[in-house]
Amino acid sequence: MSDPAPKKGPGLAVWLPLGLFVGFLALVVVGLYWPADREVSSAFIGKPLPAFDLPPASDDRPGLATAQFKEGGKPRLLNVFASWCFPCKVEAPQLAALAQQGVEIDGVAIRDRKEDVAGFLKQYGNPFKRIGKDDLSQVQLAIGSSGVPETFVIDGKGIIRYQHIGDIRQEDIPLILRKLAEAQ
Amino acid sequence: MIAELGLAVLWMAAALAVLQLVAGALSLRPATAHLAGVVRPVAILQGVLVACAFAALIWLFLSTDLSVKLVAENSHSAKPFIFKLAGTWGNHEGSMLMWVTIMSLAGGFVALIEKRLPENTLIATLAGQAFVSLGFYAFLLLASNPFERLPEPAPEGAGLNPLLQDIGLAFHPPTLYVGYVGLSIAFSFAVGALVTRDVGPAFARAMRPWVLGAWIFLTLGITAGSYWAYYTLGWGGWWFWDPVENASLMPWLAATALLHSCSVLAARNALRTWTVMLGVVAFSMSMVGTFLVRSGILTSVHAFAVDPTRGSFILALLAIYIGGALLLFGLRASTVTEGARFAVLSRESSLVFNNVMLCGILGIVLVGTLYPLLTEAMGVKVSVGPPYFNPVSAVFAIPMMMVMAVGPVLRWREDKGGRITWQVAVPALVSAVALLAVELLFAPNLLPALGLALAPGLAVASVQPLVGRNLRRTPLPIYGMVIGHLGIAVALFGMASEGAFSTERLAAMNPGDSQQVGPFKVALQDIGPVAGPNWTALEATVSASYAGGEPTVLHPQARTFANPPGNRTESALLTRWNGQLYAVLGEEGDDGRWQMRFWWKPFVPMIWYGGALVALGGLLALLGRVARDVKRLVAIDKIAYRRERQGR
Repeated sequence: MSDPAPKKGPGLAVWLPLGLFVGFLALVVVGLYWPADREVSSAFIGKPLPAFDLPPASDDRPGLATAQFKEGGKPRLLNVFASWCFPCKVEAPQLAALAQQGVEIDGVAIRDRKEDVAGFLKQYGNPFKRIGKDDLSQVQLAIGSSGVPETFVIDGKGIIRYQHIGDIRQEDIPLILRKLAEAQ
Repeated sequence: MIAELGLAVLWMAAALAVLQLVAGALSLRPATAHLAGVVRPVAILQGVLVACAFAALIWLFLSTDLSVKLVAENSHSAKPFIFKLAGTWGNHEGSMLMWVTIMSLAGGFVALIEKRLPENTLIATLAGQAFVSLGFYAFLLLASNPFERLPEPAPEGAGLNPLLQDIGLAFHPPTLYVGYVGLSIAFSFAVGALVTRDVGPAFARAMRPWVLGAWIFLTLGITAGSYWAYYTLGWGGWWFWDPVENASLMPWLAATALLHSCSVLAARNALRTWTVMLGVVAFSMSMVGTFLVRSGILTSVHAFAVDPTRGSFILALLAIYIGGALLLFGLRASTVTEGARFAVLSRESSLVFNNVMLCGILGIVLVGTLYPLLTEAMGVKVSVGPPYFNPVSAVFAIPMMMVMAVGPVLRWREDKGGRITWQVAVPALVSAVALLAVELLFAPNLLPALGLALAPGLAVASVQPLVGRNLRRTPLPIYGMVIGHLGIAVALFGMASEGAFSTERLAAMNPGDSQQVGPFKVALQDIGPVAGPNWTALEATVSASYAGGEPTVLHPQARTFANPPGNRTESALLTRWNGQLYAVLGEEGDDGRWQMRFWWKPFVPMIWYGGALVALGGLLALLGRVARDVKRLVAIDKIAYRRERQGR
């Protein structure tokens, strides 16, 4: 490295910076003019649910285990929520609407206390069939969710088919229903 | 009127840049050599004109002229004076005008004072500077006119992003810009030297003060930016490896390497090609960073001026300037003759090692920043964060700092290992003892432990060049080096200590509650509203007592801005000699309790003290070099005067 020009005439090394720069240009041209879809999707889509067995988070609903998703039947929603999560409160009416249309929804309460979950369900409604209590976010991490709320479409064989990040807004409901239909 | 005047002056400056380029290029041919006389005055005038245009924009912002689109979109009449001023460069167009202003002023300044280089190399340099400026003039005038009027004056301005309404912002971007754009001078010097095939110690000595000046500003800008992110974002972190931060770090790394290889070239006439290449690379990194941030190609948490069409424009500029300069480098580098040789154990070798390691870090930062783009092109999405950057950069940084401890005591050209046994043994012993103590007492993670061990050894090593010297007769640049290296040790200690010893406490508190955070007992006393000039805030009154001592009162705030609407946390800091308590007020819960977040970060301010020391070291070196140059010029003048008198 003492001096890139060796005695035996010009080395190819002097062209290296230009070569690297051309590579950089090619990369950013692709990135700038053919941008890929920026939406982040879970690497877990198309994979089966990891094994878990969560205790109930509420006194009037059972807990949640992987086996229950593999019983066949229709696709279900898996909603990751918490009583301390503000957007989850905003999301509650949409989940209620989905439940009213016959969608079966299971919940995973993240880092929560039973009495807080009870208070939350009492105030904002309870659309869930089963609610598992995930005190250490283990299940949340295992299914590739990075925040609350998030909602997954799980088909009858227990395969993750779709991941919705953030709260479900009114305008997202048709999309969720379509993904459920596709997972049939 | 002021806006039209500003625009007209800007066009005139651009026209002068064309003249500077054409006259400069033509004067390199013998037939039209007489044109050389035009170049210097034109460069100076161009600098003055563009400074006038920038002054006009500042005037428009200070007087909140809402008929100007840029002012209406980024300012507000009810903003405090300092943020009206800062608003001038707190947006895309204004910051690009600032970029061109600094670039042209720097060019004008070179034209005014640089007398050391052969005249044709200097003219080629000025032509190169004009060529680069022209691209940015075109960008300003064709794609981001800052003086554009609205058809109807707006009734009120839209205001400035609350995150940017901070005193740090008034100084942080100008400082960084002086650094980024100051490197354009090094770029032009390198291009000029390649054109005239004149690379040698004179070239390095002429370039060095400019690189040093730009590097001081970059150091200050990065240090201030890190502190700004630390206290305004309210996340308690001081470096996030965010693309914007990386964009400022990359030119700094290249400039640091350039600075050191300049020294080798100036003192020993070695590393010729390498120095020229770094001169090109340093400013290229400034432009690449600007492109990455402005084009929106990378999503960054604090990119504030994102626009893909502008991205295309900057991309074209990048292709022309960097591609052109590297092409010239490829064509000419082989004709630059090899410099002086040196032994494996020598000051030169240690500096080469430092250069290679710095370039290694530069490479991994660049790759890490671009990696999401690369995988995206292949259909995979990833994000790259501290788990990549921290260990991988440490792989280069740790050996670099070890060599940095030894390099300054080595002799030029060739040295004998036996001569420096003690100078190596003492810092090594200090580091070994520190490592043992840290492992036995605290057993932190690997990287913080290595940092805590390396820092004291490096601190000892960095003052060793002063041992055995007559301190009064030691030249300023030596002091500069000592203080700069000491600053690295201090900053490293702060970083490692923050990584090893920080404690965090998250709590929901009622007024009256108290919590233990590290050695502090903090109590929430009260929460109430306060009003500022253009914001209102909820302010918590927190008393904090260190190890049972007298309590100090802190006031963390959650500020709400009206124009434009937005929120910002204003963290409260309590600085002691041995660390900082950091308090953030969060939201109110359903049960009426407040979310409070506290950190105790031992020795964290050392990070920024270290950064300031590094900049101070640079300043001392710069003063020493400039003083010596001035002395030399005065001596030359005296000799010329005497000769003239004798001749008469």
